[in-house]
Amino acid sequence: MLEIAIGIILGCCALGAGICMGIGAIGPGVGEGHAVANACEAIGRQPEAKGAVTSTMIMGCAISETTGIYALVIAILLIFVAPGMLVNTLTKAIKTLGA
Amino acid sequence: MKDNKKRFQIVDALLIVMMIAPLVAAMAIKVLTTPASEGISITGARILFTIPMPIQDLIISEAQVNSWLILITILGFCLFITHGLKEDKRDWRQMAAEWIVEKVDDLVHNSMENVFHDSYAPFIATILAISACSSLMSLFGVFPPTADVNVIAGWSILVFALITKNKLKAGIGNYAKGFLEPIPVMLPMNILSEFATPISMTFRHFGNVMSGTVIATLVAWALQNLSAMVLGWLPGFLGDVPFLQVGIPAILSVYFDIFSGCIQAYIFAMLTMLNVSGAYPAEAIAERLAKREERKAKAA
Repeated sequence: MLEIAIGIILGCCALGAGICMGIGAIGPGVGEGHAVANACEAIGRQPEAKGAVTSTMIMGCAISETTGIYALVIAILLIFVAPGMLVNTLTKAIKTLGA
Repeated sequence: MKDNKKRFQIVDALLIVMMIAPLVAAMAIKVLTTPASEGISITGARILFTIPMPIQDLIISEAQVNSWLILITILGFCLFITHGLKEDKRDWRQMAAEWIVEKVDDLVHNSMENVFHDSYAPFIATILAISACSSLMSLFGVFPPTADVNVIAGWSILVFALITKNKLKAGIGNYAKGFLEPIPVMLPMNILSEFATPISMTFRHFGNVMSGTVIATLVAWALQNLSAMVLGWLPGFLGDVPFLQVGIPAILSVYFDIFSGCIQAYIFAMLTMLNVSGAYPAEAIAERLAKREERKAKAA
């Protein structure tokens, strides 16, 4: 029984990490693509402003990347931290219930 | 001229040693504390030792020690480029120091233009230097302090204190009233967004650096396994050498360590400046001054 419970915990953690990263990457991808497209347009219209546009674009990209990074942090927590914590609490609960 | 040369050799040699010794020490600590049996694995900062304290034990981890070492390196660099400044005769070190100070002053001046003075330039320069150098530390193969969330959380708390200090400049009443705007129902949201700033700054920087570390580790692990699979038939010790691991991780580290680390340092400094200058209640202070002058005029 315990093995099945631990298996479910591990599987759900991996599944959650995958879904989290997959959905979390959509927003930054679309946003950064939009930013770069508009930057290209701006450079095409005004080639002499290339330096300023590029540095602003990189700054904006890095900021719009933030939500993706949050998703990544959660995914890494789910993979490396959550399983051990959940299994620990499970075994503790079983011990206290048994005793 | 001869005298100059002599001084250069003694003091500067010492300062260069001061710059390089901490990095060597960090590498030595890394080599000495890594257990020999451990292969490639994803770990946080290794705990070096703990100091017993009354409430909670004080944990001294690799991240803290490395950030102390990088502070010594930056101090050595600053002393190296600024000692022996002369007004009339400039050498390349003085040029470099002037260039750095000028650039940071320009940056602060352009970003915090409203009422702000250059008094924030040293703070911004410190954040830039520590953040960039800490992220670049991973090039030497040691644990970068910025990959530990506690280090960056400390910086973010500093920035939060600065923001609150600036908001309080127009009086506590004005600060408290800011939470009830635009309508009093927004109070919980405003309190939440007050704490969201440092948390988002922390996780933005930490996540970027840590994702680089994790991806580099995963790629190194995959390449090791791949080279063991593909080249494992080679005779003797040649089969154990992971040939495919040469080169490819270096290309990744150019992006993740150099580019991403420097960009994140810049963004952290930029957000600090924007948040701090945005917190300054310029209108409220102007109103106050106008009222005070009115009162003075009436009294007169």
